Amino acid sequence: MSRLEQTFIQLKKYKNKALIPFITAGHPHPLLTVPIMHSLVKNGASIIELGMPFSDPMADGIVIQESSEKAIEHGMTLDSVLDIVGEFREEDKDTPVVLMGYLNPIEKFGYEAFVETAANSGVDAVLIVDCPPEESAELLILLKRYNMNQIFLIAPTTDKQRQMYILSQASGFIYCVALKGVTGAANVEYNDLSEKIASVKSISDIPVAIGFGVKDVESALSVAEYGDAVVIGSALVSLLDRCKNQGDVESAIKSFIKPIAIAINKS
Amino acid sequence: MIDYYNYPDHKGHFDQFGGIFASETLMLCLKELQESYAKLKLSKAFQNEFYNDLAHYVGRPSPLYFAKRLTETVGGARIWLKREDLNHTGAHKINNTVGQILMAKAMGKKRIIAETGAGQHGVATATVAARLGLKCVVYMGEVDIQRQAINVYRMKLLGAEVISVTSGSKTLKDALNEAMRDWVANVDDTFYIIGTVAGPAPYPEMVRDFNSIVGKEAKQQFERQVGGLPDALVACVGGGSNAMGLFYEFLNDESVALYGVEAEGKGMKTGKHAASITAGDIGVLHGNRTYVMSDEDGQIIETHSISAGLDYPGVGPEHAFLHYSKRANYVLANDDEALNAFHLLTEIEGILPALESSHAVAYGMKLAQKLDKDKHIIINLSGRGDKDVHTIAALEGIKL
Repeated sequence: MSRLEQTFIQLKKYKNKALIPFITAGHPHPLLTVPIMHSLVKNGASIIELGMPFSDPMADGIVIQESSEKAIEHGMTLDSVLDIVGEFREEDKDTPVVLMGYLNPIEKFGYEAFVETAANSGVDAVLIVDCPPEESAELLILLKRYNMNQIFLIAPTTDKQRQMYILSQASGFIYCVALKGVTGAANVEYNDLSEKIASVKSISDIPVAIGFGVKDVESALSVAEYGDAVVIGSALVSLLDRCKNQGDVESAIKSFIKPIAIAINKS
Repeated sequence: MIDYYNYPDHKGHFDQFGGIFASETLMLCLKELQESYAKLKLSKAFQNEFYNDLAHYVGRPSPLYFAKRLTETVGGARIWLKREDLNHTGAHKINNTVGQILMAKAMGKKRIIAETGAGQHGVATATVAARLGLKCVVYMGEVDIQRQAINVYRMKLLGAEVISVTSGSKTLKDALNEAMRDWVANVDDTFYIIGTVAGPAPYPEMVRDFNSIVGKEAKQQFERQVGGLPDALVACVGGGSNAMGLFYEFLNDESVALYGVEAEGKGMKTGKHAASITAGDIGVLHGNRTYVMSDEDGQIIETHSISAGLDYPGVGPEHAFLHYSKRANYVLANDDEALNAFHLLTEIEGILPALESSHAVAYGMKLAQKLDKDKHIIINLSGRGDKDVHTIAALEGIKL
């Protein structure tokens, strides 16, 4: 059983929801990424989504675009993202790490080399925004060989027939995009969302994470009601953008992430 | 022998190239577009309306012109120019926008978005949107806005909103990213008119088909004016829409050599160029697998060309396929060669070519020189150079 599957089984046992913070690797500074990851876990994160910076992040809003640009300026590469996960794993053997990013850096790295290195570093799953299941055959085979998951998205525009297709390919968890738009965009339409999640739940038992548009305790609470996990990205990244050192990072995460983790597990 | 008319397959693949590499929010919309296009492609009514607009609004057919003095000056093969510069709005780009706006109408979309580099596609899109009374938003890199001020003003006159893109390298690729972000957010009522044979399926096929009128006419005109088939075709390649438009009708005619001219910018050694096929690797950008210019880590790198329309780090997937299968040759012309070709054609033929098309003219002259006098080559003069007059004056230190 994968670390990701184990995590969701544990959470379910205690009727808890997973909080999945997203950060961009190497932002605001490469030396801060591992401390940020540990601090997120300490303050209630169950799974970490680590962004692999890309020069042309088409599906991301301005906050994550700029964090990627900064990380790349600081010399962040796919190789160093994998090193970061390895360093995190030295101390934390339990928290699943999901890499999130775009396909071109992986094409350049080579699929097999990437999957093998990622597995050895302790990566649990990958989510490639511009690689839908139709184009994932080669990557999926490799990931399975190394006992890793490929996380797929379900969007507000994904109809039932396509949901069934995606869910037949999915493992680990399914990521439901709460709004039409890029990461960090405006407000979620909760009526549509609850229908969408109900439909997904009727097709599959796979855990459902909800993201895009979650920005505080209130919005996290509203989506936690429907899913098994809440992803919070842009709001956290913009908070981290103002941090200069480890002290800043720890107090920012404590004041922002901890209340959300507590709130979604009280509901 | 490969039958080039079997591509793309139903998933939008040209062998290993092309496909749909898009975020989930767009998948349904792309599938709808694929289905609508498959139907409209076979619809007599749609095709009639399209060809009628090309004739009466665009002003087609464009002439196939024998460049007598250019041929004499070069002293080799006979050089013919396919005069896409004479189209309404000044370039081949209008062929595609006329087609796509009819798609938008058929699909009931009320809002049009587009990306533009040199501004030609933006103008061509704003033009057809104005004609149909549809709201139009054009994304353009901040750097391109500065170097193509006249086209920006033209778009505004046509009623389009031009949005300056300040992310990344602030050029065409970033305009495309931003247009994609807009589309994801407004997918219900918005039609995205992509300006080149790139993007996710069905765009490479659709844009190629709408531009293939160029090659269809050229083939008939050549048969009528000369007889038989030309020996070679030459066209510039940024994303590659004018080249695909000219080449497509000739893909299965093995005797016709195809040359796609990439922008060598300041020279391959300087790294300041936009030659994705010559210098790039296979990767994924803007929704398709193709040749991409990226660094060791797969980050997209900034390109350079004197012409904004060729300044793009990817290339249409069908060109990637034609290169891989060795059907077409991808060659180079640098900034200086393009400028020289611009001046020569202007001075001896009285035709101001666009800086993009000047790359094709530059290579076409080199090719003609190597061939016998009884050979014939067709150069796609994809656009007119009026938009570039300010750029050229500035480069040459002349104040207007």
